[in-house]
Amino acid sequence: MDALTPNAAGLADAVEFYGTRVTSRLLLGTAQYPSPAILSEAIRASGAEIVTVSLRRESGAAKAGQSFWQIIRDLGVKVLPNTAGCKTVKEAVTTAEMARDLFDTPWVKLEVIGEDDTLQPDVFGLVEAARILSRDGFQVFPYTTDDLVVAEKLIAAGCEVLMPWGAPIGSGRGLNNPYGLRSLRAHFPRVPLVVDAGIGLPSHAAAAMEMGYDAVLLNTAVAKAGDPVRMARAFARAIEAGREAVIADPMEVRDMAAPSTPVMGRGVFGE
Amino acid sequence: MTSPNGAHDGAVTGRAANAMRVTVVGAGVAGLTCAHAFAQRGAQVTVIERRSGSGQGCSWYAGGMLAPWCERESAEPLIAELGLESLDYWRREVPDVPNEGSLVLAQPRDLPDLRRFSRRTEGYEWVDGARIAALEPDLEGRFDQGLFFPTEAHLEPRKALAALTRRLTDEFGIDMRFEADGSDGAGDEADLVVDCRGLAARDQLADLRGVKGEMLVLYSTEIALKRPVRMLHPRIPVYIVPRGDGHFMIGATSIENDERGRVTGRSMLELLGSVYALHPAFGEAEIVEIGADVRPAFPDNLPRLRRRGKTIYVNGLYRHGFLAAPALARRAAELAFDGTRFPEVMDEDPREW
Repeated sequence: MDALTPNAAGLADAVEFYGTRVTSRLLLGTAQYPSPAILSEAIRASGAEIVTVSLRRESGAAKAGQSFWQIIRDLGVKVLPNTAGCKTVKEAVTTAEMARDLFDTPWVKLEVIGEDDTLQPDVFGLVEAARILSRDGFQVFPYTTDDLVVAEKLIAAGCEVLMPWGAPIGSGRGLNNPYGLRSLRAHFPRVPLVVDAGIGLPSHAAAAMEMGYDAVLLNTAVAKAGDPVRMARAFARAIEAGREAVIADPMEVRDMAAPSTPVMGRGVFGE
Repeated sequence: MTSPNGAHDGAVTGRAANAMRVTVVGAGVAGLTCAHAFAQRGAQVTVIERRSGSGQGCSWYAGGMLAPWCERESAEPLIAELGLESLDYWRREVPDVPNEGSLVLAQPRDLPDLRRFSRRTEGYEWVDGARIAALEPDLEGRFDQGLFFPTEAHLEPRKALAALTRRLTDEFGIDMRFEADGSDGAGDEADLVVDCRGLAARDQLADLRGVKGEMLVLYSTEIALKRPVRMLHPRIPVYIVPRGDGHFMIGATSIENDERGRVTGRSMLELLGSVYALHPAFGEAEIVEIGADVRPAFPDNLPRLRRRGKTIYVNGLYRHGFLAAPALARRAAELAFDGTRFPEVMDEDPREW
């Protein structure tokens, strides 16, 4: 339960996004909860320090969603506005600009959706929008696939964080392509990587952390649980467990049995 | 403060001179049911409403589903409890409340949503394609599985509130003042003010917020439905309520936004896309009306009675206006007449009154 476990350098175990250090490695979405009250309670139970807020649907005429946003602001967490549901570069850029004005933050979780059934990112539009926004001073958290080359291009476009999907948004399928996610981690050892979307169970989140991912972002798995507050807590614990495991340097997998109790020479010390 | 006169004897002629004088502010579903509940207890009730008639705020755009079990899927148990009481009220007090139950359906690929829905509630039976066709012949062959809630009902909100308004004036002699904002001093001489203004009461209830809902009404003679049908979808759930004479109310979006009136193309696209998936006949239907309003909600989306001084606030009915109002109105009257406390809907201690 100790999120502040010191690492080798004696520092608290924190992850840094664009210079902002956070110790909680769970990022929570704020959509689809039964009520703002339950949302607030779930966020508190999760210990999340960053929450994403969807702008597009809630905006309408400027500031029409103020009362909901105020509830989020009152939680004292850092807001990562997102461009959920945007399908074109222009839409995403406009939404990001609106978010910067409303939330007074250069952060944006960039989503450019390319396909309606899978909500798969349009990676071409994503790279283009990331370039435009980065040049404009935004700090972009791109929601992308596990494609290595796209990841390279996002970094070149100015992204300092990558958020590959585990599985399609809201599907709860977990990590669809563990190999791809592992390769991405190996390829970008120093870029903060966040598994975003597709997580259904705490074990999925723990698996992502055990792969060495820096954090996990999820929404539906908590919001649509029968008891969102309890599920938020379950995820927080799983993510801490996965992170602790990585720091603890897990054993290697091997083909042959390696008894934990010596078989030969048993009793040597006892006699 | 007067004692109750008992139910129904407070009609025009027989009202006691010392009857409690109550001003209800707002003539939506909350205001009208409160006026009714207080009049039944013998109060001398005046209703003031800033619009030109009753039921023209959120109530105008309501779906009118009396579906406590369906709502139980996403709402707290309290809503189902209030809903069951309110269901009885509407069946008893207004005409034309078809007891046809309600149907919950999903496309085959969204079956997990149907299973999830079933786990979170009760009062239903699983129905297969044949049973769905027997219930709604026009949906034959379109769905393999669904949930049928036989004890639920629906009403036409506008007709129901018009009927209730007539009863309040004719039977109880309630003074209904439209296009009035209370500045004529209507509340001044009252013993009690029942504030049912919805989101407009945000000037007094700071934790109230608006949740926008958009709806549309379609007209088609190519399809008939007997009962409300809900279509589950991970992103765009939709319901369709038959209004009779070929009219169907389609609703409703739920957007954290307090902007009144504006209907977006995207919302209409989503609602229409969903009902088109329910039955292609809706693609040919005539769009009779589109509309939007802002529902008042507290942070937990549960309704409240709050008493401050000589005012009782009845508010925060969120998506559950028709489902919650009669049950709240009864509680408001019992709070005023008998001093009964209802902790389930009262988060402030009224004893300071």
